[in-house]
Amino acid sequence: MALVLDGVRVRQRGETWLHDIHLELSSGMTTLVGPMAAGKTTLMRVVGGLLPPDAGRVVVNGKDVTAISVRKRSVAFVYQQFINYPSLSVYENIASPLRMARSFPKKDIDRRVREVAEIMGIGDLLDRRPAELSGGQQQRTAIARALARPVDVLLLDEPLANLDFKLREQLRSDLKNMFLDSPGVVLYSTADPAEALTFASPTVVLGEGRVLDVGDVADMYAQPPTLAVAATLSDPPLNLLPGVVREGRIECLGSSFPSPGAHASGRNVVLAVRPHQVTIQRSGAGVLEFPAEIRLAEVTGSSTFLHLLLVDGRHLVAQLPGPQLFTPGERAMAYVDPAHIFVFDEAGGRLLATSAAEVDLHG
Amino acid sequence: MTEQSVTVAGSPVGGEIVTGAAPQDGTPDSRVSVKPKNNRAWLLVLPVVVSVAFTAVIPLMTVVNFSVQDIFSPDDRIFVGLEWFRSVARDPEIRAAFVRTLLFSAQVLLLEIPLGVALAVAMPRRGVWVSVALVIVALPLLIPWNVVGTIWQIFARADIGLGGWTINNVLGIDFNYTLDSTDAWITVLIMDIWHWTPLVALLAYAGLRSIPDPYFQAAQIDGASAWSTFRHIQLPRLRGVLTIAILLRFMDSFMIYTEPFVVTGGGPGNATSFLSILLSKVAVGQFDLGPAGAFSLLYFLVVQIVSYVFFTVLTRSGR
Repeated sequence: MALVLDGVRVRQRGETWLHDIHLELSSGMTTLVGPMAAGKTTLMRVVGGLLPPDAGRVVVNGKDVTAISVRKRSVAFVYQQFINYPSLSVYENIASPLRMARSFPKKDIDRRVREVAEIMGIGDLLDRRPAELSGGQQQRTAIARALARPVDVLLLDEPLANLDFKLREQLRSDLKNMFLDSPGVVLYSTADPAEALTFASPTVVLGEGRVLDVGDVADMYAQPPTLAVAATLSDPPLNLLPGVVREGRIECLGSSFPSPGAHASGRNVVLAVRPHQVTIQRSGAGVLEFPAEIRLAEVTGSSTFLHLLLVDGRHLVAQLPGPQLFTPGERAMAYVDPAHIFVFDEAGGRLLATSAAEVDLHG
Repeated sequence: MTEQSVTVAGSPVGGEIVTGAAPQDGTPDSRVSVKPKNNRAWLLVLPVVVSVAFTAVIPLMTVVNFSVQDIFSPDDRIFVGLEWFRSVARDPEIRAAFVRTLLFSAQVLLLEIPLGVALAVAMPRRGVWVSVALVIVALPLLIPWNVVGTIWQIFARADIGLGGWTINNVLGIDFNYTLDSTDAWITVLIMDIWHWTPLVALLAYAGLRSIPDPYFQAAQIDGASAWSTFRHIQLPRLRGVLTIAILLRFMDSFMIYTEPFVVTGGGPGNATSFLSILLSKVAVGQFDLGPAGAFSLLYFLVVQIVSYVFFTVLTRSGR
């Protein structure tokens, strides 16, 4: 089972939404991660046959399906909104794709409906109407609908985005177990990097209608090839600081550290550091120091996000462990170990160097 | 890392504890406030109370006043209790008009609601044709009622009207709404359908437009037919607007006056004498204010009751 996108381009209202996408996906789960308006939904709609591309081909198992209507394709789609037939019971909702599919034997419908409902944990809700269910149960029904009929390509477009936190966590782990070794191609899109990292499946990073990177999500997290990939995979958002290369060192707001690679003097660079790598305690020699003023401390429980105002008016966010109390307006010193800094070139946003001391997620 | 909180954290004692939601400048907001009580709210409601009393309550009470008195002149009136109500309820002419009006409303609902929904489903969902379709559909609604009556009065005439002439001379059917009761009834009914189906269509169209695209895509992916898409996606979403459409069309058709008055004047004979036409004859023509008052109140009551029944049934079904 394989899905190939060959030079897929989509233009809508004078704007290019997808720029010549080339992708090869094999069976099992692939995560599509990107910020809003990256083209995730557009890409999924092209794969599903809901939107004909302006150029390029969609090939499923060696067969060009670009011109085949959605009704005749073997696809299933789960939306961010919970899409079910409002007038039908959960049972009938799950059964409807099976009843429509002429190839599915009628006598097996009942067994199959109960089977997928059991897998999705809604076995005891079959008589209810969608309006009588919670959001999580409605989305479980929608996923069960998509799972019921065996399909070549299963598309899940941010299925957990509209669920509240606890339900999302729970359904996320259920889905991971369900889809990781699926016989068909499962394409799962999300704007949440934590989801992509949790699934740890082959990952496609999408940004502004282009494929930014394809590969192992843990590697991408540890060694983001571009600033866009680093930003997409970082939640909370990256801290960005300006830097200049000078005689083998990189200077940044009055601090400097040895440049990890050899670069021409005078070159402007962008330094990126994740909030959890910023501390307010000196952790050793050679760390960068940034005098700052405390603006705000957000306590989330397991962490405290400390918003700092640097001398040049930039903001720096430090993610500190546990709930901590601070007084706004007080001075503080922020420390960053150069080993945790990604250095990107200013123009193209490509990774120039990192000391690669990020924790190896495979380890 | 765990002792970190002590170092730069400042003194938690006495210092402001700042979390995400608190104001950044640290001004303590007054949490306890005493609300001064005053009667200013009454002043704000007063204009509404006065205008509703002036335009609705007082006129209605005047009608109630008329309905229980026999008035010979402003100074010479006798209290007659429910006498007028009894005579109105027993009047065979009024009873016949009541049945006729009810039948008319039933036919209007049975024809206009499905037609309006069909029209709404057929209208384009997006693109340049949306505004064109909207304008064409809304056109009959923009024409004043008596003009609609005049248009149809002429259009349906057998001698000079395009419609009437075509039916008689092209289709070869003998059609004359000034002489034949059935023809007159059909003319008024078709006129009402022409005039008011667009309202149902526009309401239904608004309801259909509120359905997110993914529903239709999901139906496509399932391979659902146009009928099952309508039955299971569009129709359930239309329940709210159809409730309103049915109520509006019932109330309006049950109180229809202008158009049949212009086209047929209630005739031929009594064929299109609806309750409102009869009422105006009693009230304005004969100036029988007592019976007309009782008639009006009963009329009002029937509209209220039927509308209430419709509303209750429509909002309860499907729950």
